[in-house]
Amino acid sequence: MKKFIAIILLFSISSLLFAEDVITVKGSDTMVILAQRWAELYMKKNPEVTIQVTGGGSGTGISALINGTTDICNASRPMKPSEKQKLKHRFSSLGVEIKTAKDGIAIYVSEKNPIKELTVQQVKDIYTGKITNWKEVGGIDSRIILYSRENNSGTYVYFKENVLDDEDYSPSCQNMPGTAALVNAISKDPNGIGYGGAAYAKGIREVPVKADENSSAYLPNAENVKSGQYPITRFLFMYVKSKPTGAMKEYIDWILSEEGQSIVVKVGYFPLR
Amino acid sequence: MEIPKTITNTMMKKRFRLSEFLAEKLITATAFISFAFIVLIFVFVFRETLPIFSAPEPAVSLEELGEQETYGDIVLSDAERAAEEKEKTKVAAEEGVTVENLAGDRWQPISGKPKYGLLPLIVGSLKISLISIFFAAPIAILAALFTAAFAPRWAKETLKPAIEILAGFPSVVIGFFALVVLATFVQDIFGLEYRLNAFVGGLALSLAVIPIIYTISEDAISAIPKSLTEASLALGATKWQTALKVILPAATPGIFAAILLGVGRAFGETMIVLMATGNAALLSANPFEPVRTMSATIGAEMAEVVFGETHYNVLFLIGSILFLFTFTLNAIAEIFIRQRLMKKFRGS
Repeated sequence: MKKFIAIILLFSISSLLFAEDVITVKGSDTMVILAQRWAELYMKKNPEVTIQVTGGGSGTGISALINGTTDICNASRPMKPSEKQKLKHRFSSLGVEIKTAKDGIAIYVSEKNPIKELTVQQVKDIYTGKITNWKEVGGIDSRIILYSRENNSGTYVYFKENVLDDEDYSPSCQNMPGTAALVNAISKDPNGIGYGGAAYAKGIREVPVKADENSSAYLPNAENVKSGQYPITRFLFMYVKSKPTGAMKEYIDWILSEEGQSIVVKVGYFPLR
Repeated sequence: MEIPKTITNTMMKKRFRLSEFLAEKLITATAFISFAFIVLIFVFVFRETLPIFSAPEPAVSLEELGEQETYGDIVLSDAERAAEEKEKTKVAAEEGVTVENLAGDRWQPISGKPKYGLLPLIVGSLKISLISIFFAAPIAILAALFTAAFAPRWAKETLKPAIEILAGFPSVVIGFFALVVLATFVQDIFGLEYRLNAFVGGLALSLAVIPIIYTISEDAISAIPKSLTEASLALGATKWQTALKVILPAATPGIFAAILLGVGRAFGETMIVLMATGNAALLSANPFEPVRTMSATIGAEMAEVVFGETHYNVLFLIGSILFLFTFTLNAIAEIFIRQRLMKKFRGS
């Protein structure tokens, strides 16, 4: 029993000692590796600050922000109006949005697929079910098998709103749990098509995408995403309740600095500038 | 001061009884805790389901809410600014859900007009369960019959634990195996259009269901009194005739219960179907098309849903349906084992 009390005392003392600068970060699975790298490097440089990073998904992170269980929330999509409303209800603040990095959404096909390029319109028609055969977009005569992320993913929501213009995905669209499963499925399916972060694409082929008929096709590489020529790009966000101050402000400023942005490139995403 | 001996004895006895009483109550309490957990989970799931049919909150546009602050000095390109303007026109609409919507044939929860049609999900779950039972039941029952009636001692001692270990196999591993290996194998054999489909999922699921049907069937067959088998053999029946015409019919209630529990397991399994079935909410009877089951839907969507929103409540509704379904199956199975089988051999 004495031991038990001693342990509790130890914990409470240690938490008192270190409680000053603990920053919790929660949210997007797309951003979790990036956020961990940031935290590791920052903590190495500033040992007095502790940063705890967890994933769970953009929605989970935003819910945590609303419930007050996290300081910073990572999100690969902007906050929904209903979420802002809830945050305002709880903290009478709409929250502060911080753009931290850029990401290009690549369109994947199997390495065996001879398709050369696609326009954004064609991608939309394929995913809404208007185009069902590769022949219609200049490929071989076989059915297009659609792969998508699960609808819990920020990428799913982004793709739906920005590529499909908010139309519904075709019901025959297969939802894969995670980009790794999606990449695996497409690498084994010569008629498959899928989408995901450019950082993930390994073992399959990325299709060059054109903004419209008249422009030229670009691959989602660093240069094209940064310049905005690749048509399907998005921001990766951080959200906080109110204008950052103190240790949190220093951390966010560091992320937006030259040094923080160089890590973005190392993880496989694209810097803001 | 001298204390009479008798009083000491009774005091000792009382103190002894108190500790015994406490220990007994403690054990009873732990036994009832699991029961309490089930009741509490039941209450929780249903409580979270209820708000579905209450009135929705009024819609609020972003303009009414005001503008969100930003931090950091990032220069946006024209296209990016246009996308941001579009974002601002969205409305915080929270529509309630109607019975017609729930009975629809589309599952599109993330949409301008969310469609919460449960029909494809229910059909998907049933389809997957049927396919897995179609494969698992004959294999498991025949395996049980073999180990209980024919197998030599050494085979019995290896087979039973081996199949029971299969029950403890992590379902993620089975799912991953189906996703990577089994799907390609099945596609090559049948020349299928969809690599991931209900058939592959059902086949993988049968790996998880076989141990359950096997163990319970084996117990049911072993529970049959030796006298029945001996009487059959004494009358001149062969081993096969005894197994098929005496043992199997006598164990039918137990085997039936085993199949029901197997269906319950198949119905509730999440990870295997999430990985191996393609998760497209199609309403069709074709076993070679992708399906989306109720459990996979909850597994995939619950983590990201906005808490308290209609979508969240609908997921809990699916949870309630699953709960009721497996609860009923288990109850029926229990009744079959308890009442029929036991009465048959012990009562009369």
